[in-house]
Amino acid sequence: MDSGQPILEVKDLEVSFGEGPVLHGVNFTIRRGERVAIVGQSGSGKSTTVGAILGLLPGNGRITGGSITLDGADLGGASEKQLRHIRGRQIGLVPQDPMSNLNPVMKVGAQIADALAANGHQGRDNIRQRAVNLMTEAGIPDAGRRYGQFPHEFSGGMRQRVLIAISLAGEPELLIADEPTSALDVTVQRQILDHLQTLVDARGTSLLFITHDLGLAADRTDRIIVMANGHIVEVGTPEQILLNPQEEYTQQLVAAAPSLLATVTGEELAGASLPVESKAASTTILEVRGLVKEFTLRSQHGKKFLAVDNVSFSVERGTTTAVVGESGSGKTTIARMILGLEQATSGEALIDGKSITASDGAVRRALRRKVQPVFQDPYGSLNPTFSIERLIDEPLRVFKVGNAASRRARVAQLLDQVALPRTMAQRRPNELSGGQRQRVAIARALALEPEMLICDEAVSALDVLVQDQILDLLAELQNRLGLTYLFITHDLAVVRQIAHQVVVMKAGKVVEDGSVEKVFMAPEADYTKELLGAIPGASFAR
Amino acid sequence: MAVNEILPKSGLDIEDGLVLGSSRGRLWRSLRGNKLGLFGGVLLVIVVLLAILAPILAPYGPAEVHFATPFQKPGTVGFLLGTDDLGRDVFSRMLFGMRASLQVGVLCVLLAVGVGAPLGLLAGYWKWLDAIISRLTDVTLAFPFLIIAVGLAAISGPSLQNAAIALGVAYIPTMIRIVRGETLRIKESDFVLSAKTMDASGLRIVFTHVLPNAASAIIVQATVIMPVAVIGEALLSFLGLGIQPPTPSLGIMLSDAQQYMFRSPTAAIIPGLGIAVICLAFNLFGDALRDAFDPTASSRK
Repeated sequence: MDSGQPILEVKDLEVSFGEGPVLHGVNFTIRRGERVAIVGQSGSGKSTTVGAILGLLPGNGRITGGSITLDGADLGGASEKQLRHIRGRQIGLVPQDPMSNLNPVMKVGAQIADALAANGHQGRDNIRQRAVNLMTEAGIPDAGRRYGQFPHEFSGGMRQRVLIAISLAGEPELLIADEPTSALDVTVQRQILDHLQTLVDARGTSLLFITHDLGLAADRTDRIIVMANGHIVEVGTPEQILLNPQEEYTQQLVAAAPSLLATVTGEELAGASLPVESKAASTTILEVRGLVKEFTLRSQHGKKFLAVDNVSFSVERGTTTAVVGESGSGKTTIARMILGLEQATSGEALIDGKSITASDGAVRRALRRKVQPVFQDPYGSLNPTFSIERLIDEPLRVFKVGNAASRRARVAQLLDQVALPRTMAQRRPNELSGGQRQRVAIARALALEPEMLICDEAVSALDVLVQDQILDLLAELQNRLGLTYLFITHDLAVVRQIAHQVVVMKAGKVVEDGSVEKVFMAPEADYTKELLGAIPGASFAR
Repeated sequence: MAVNEILPKSGLDIEDGLVLGSSRGRLWRSLRGNKLGLFGGVLLVIVVLLAILAPILAPYGPAEVHFATPFQKPGTVGFLLGTDDLGRDVFSRMLFGMRASLQVGVLCVLLAVGVGAPLGLLAGYWKWLDAIISRLTDVTLAFPFLIIAVGLAAISGPSLQNAAIALGVAYIPTMIRIVRGETLRIKESDFVLSAKTMDASGLRIVFTHVLPNAASAIIVQATVIMPVAVIGEALLSFLGLGIQPPTPSLGIMLSDAQQYMFRSPTAAIIPGLGIAVICLAFNLFGDALRDAFDPTASSRK
């Protein structure tokens, strides 16, 4: 590879939406065959940078300063027609969401053929042959048959491979991958990225990799650009950034990245491990016994689907148990059955010896008070028409606790507990950030002084730094209030940070369970090993 | 009761609650910030006041004829907006006509919202009720509102109330469907799920969580029904199924004037403008009200 030559040069790039720039003097170059990552949280300007390079800024966004040079030609002055020629042939894009980036009513092969035709290929048979080749290259087995299938017949990972095939159709010199795997499970993510890397290396294509995951960036690229608030904070090799970050922001980011903490050695582990409450004789608060949930598939002539298959585990009071699994492993269904939102087909989930679904009236009310949920999406779990005070107040109203004055006082106390200013009480959820909303959701769950919180992917939708703060808050609340957590997540890295016990699930079954130390240090099941191996950034763990 | 234990136990300071502030007046603040909505609101107040004060403001009775002076132009001394074919004062008839049209419109909307929204909520939230309510909705949809109006007129004679009821009944099914759809959507959201884990009853969830979130859809639909009802009343009155002449309504004035369209266009234009102003006022105000209710709307601006 002639690595000296820059293929893309971005100089003092400034982009504005309406008033005031959102990107300030962004400078970087990508050399031929180089893999560069831009890492940043939401709102850091990483996607805006991509939009500017491709000439696809949304809304009223426009470049207000600086230049973008691709292979010696200025992109800023290029007409829309020239840009169209560049996109696809010189720059390929692998978009973020494989679910919404394929046309659902168009056959997959036809969508790839479309990209080929747009790049000047001619002849039906020729195009078809090339499309099938591209699909095979992108790692889609049996491409000839799958050519004629629709996107809904493909899994998320396979769809992402289709998108990769489309992006490679014009044989671009530079490939931009915008969070290509953030919607996928870790093991699938690893397969896809391994494959993408092989493809890129084989073709000598340069790669611009956009991600929020520092570990992923470190694993996959030669150089990392850290962005925040539209500025470039720091540029360096993965070793420099992860092991010796210069800027304060980068240091925070590295410290917060859970994936980098996930593989600490045994001795460090003992020291870093959360103090398990040595409360008088730890008792079991939740006992799940032989839980089974069967769904009848309406589309397939009443065929049964076993979402949860004979799952048993128990949770000690005052500890954190994580249920880990990829999508479709049945972990959320378990949470819903424990919460009494779903009826188990057989087996039972007992809270202090009683089941929510089997009891009613006063008993059920008492059980519901003991167990409260925190859901994944803080945008959906708060009623948008309520004020923050009203939201936190709601469980108290439902349980008819206290009078108006004492309830208000309790709300103030709860806001303090989750470290939200009291002045926020009259705001609406949409005026808050994601992390603040999740704090409100936690405050609401705590309102009835429950003994156990069921956190269903409670931090997965948040940025790394915010995620770290919420995890700290949860740990602090556990220490102070002696709470028990059942933590449902797909992210092993997060588990490492907060859990005492781990239950690993796959396809409705428990694959492995045990203490965090045991599962992380001496995993028995192959699946657990595979999951652990897929955590990005492992080689950079300190 | 065990439930009440938690407050004293946590060592609460009642004073703490006082710093939370109040969100009262939020709706009003939001409405006031919306210039176009404020204009609509003022227009609405003027129209309603004119309609209510019609007997005081009108220089003549609504059915008073002046055979000596038909087809006067607006601005004629004594007749502010001119006269129609029978020499009746258009201004006086406008005031009384707006009164009748507003009555029909408001009654119709009240009926459609009052019956349709609760039924829609019930049908959307409880599956077994959905089967019953939706089938009944389908049956009602099979009857055009004219048939209902004719039936009602046959039973209890044509009148303003019957016209409003017929129109209202005709719009109940659409309202049910819209509210039902919104309910189906909202009841799947996480905040309803968390309400369930608080042991909130179905009725509580429907009225405190689903209804406020469906409010904007209901308001939009109501502002659509309003002008259609005013025009529908004109149609029914024209067919002799609504308000009986010589009592004026904007619709009757329109249909009376159309025969003399070329001799005296103003007698048709003025009630037409009246309908337009009423609809505009309701639409602008309805939009503002919807934005005020919908907390996500303010962030979009």
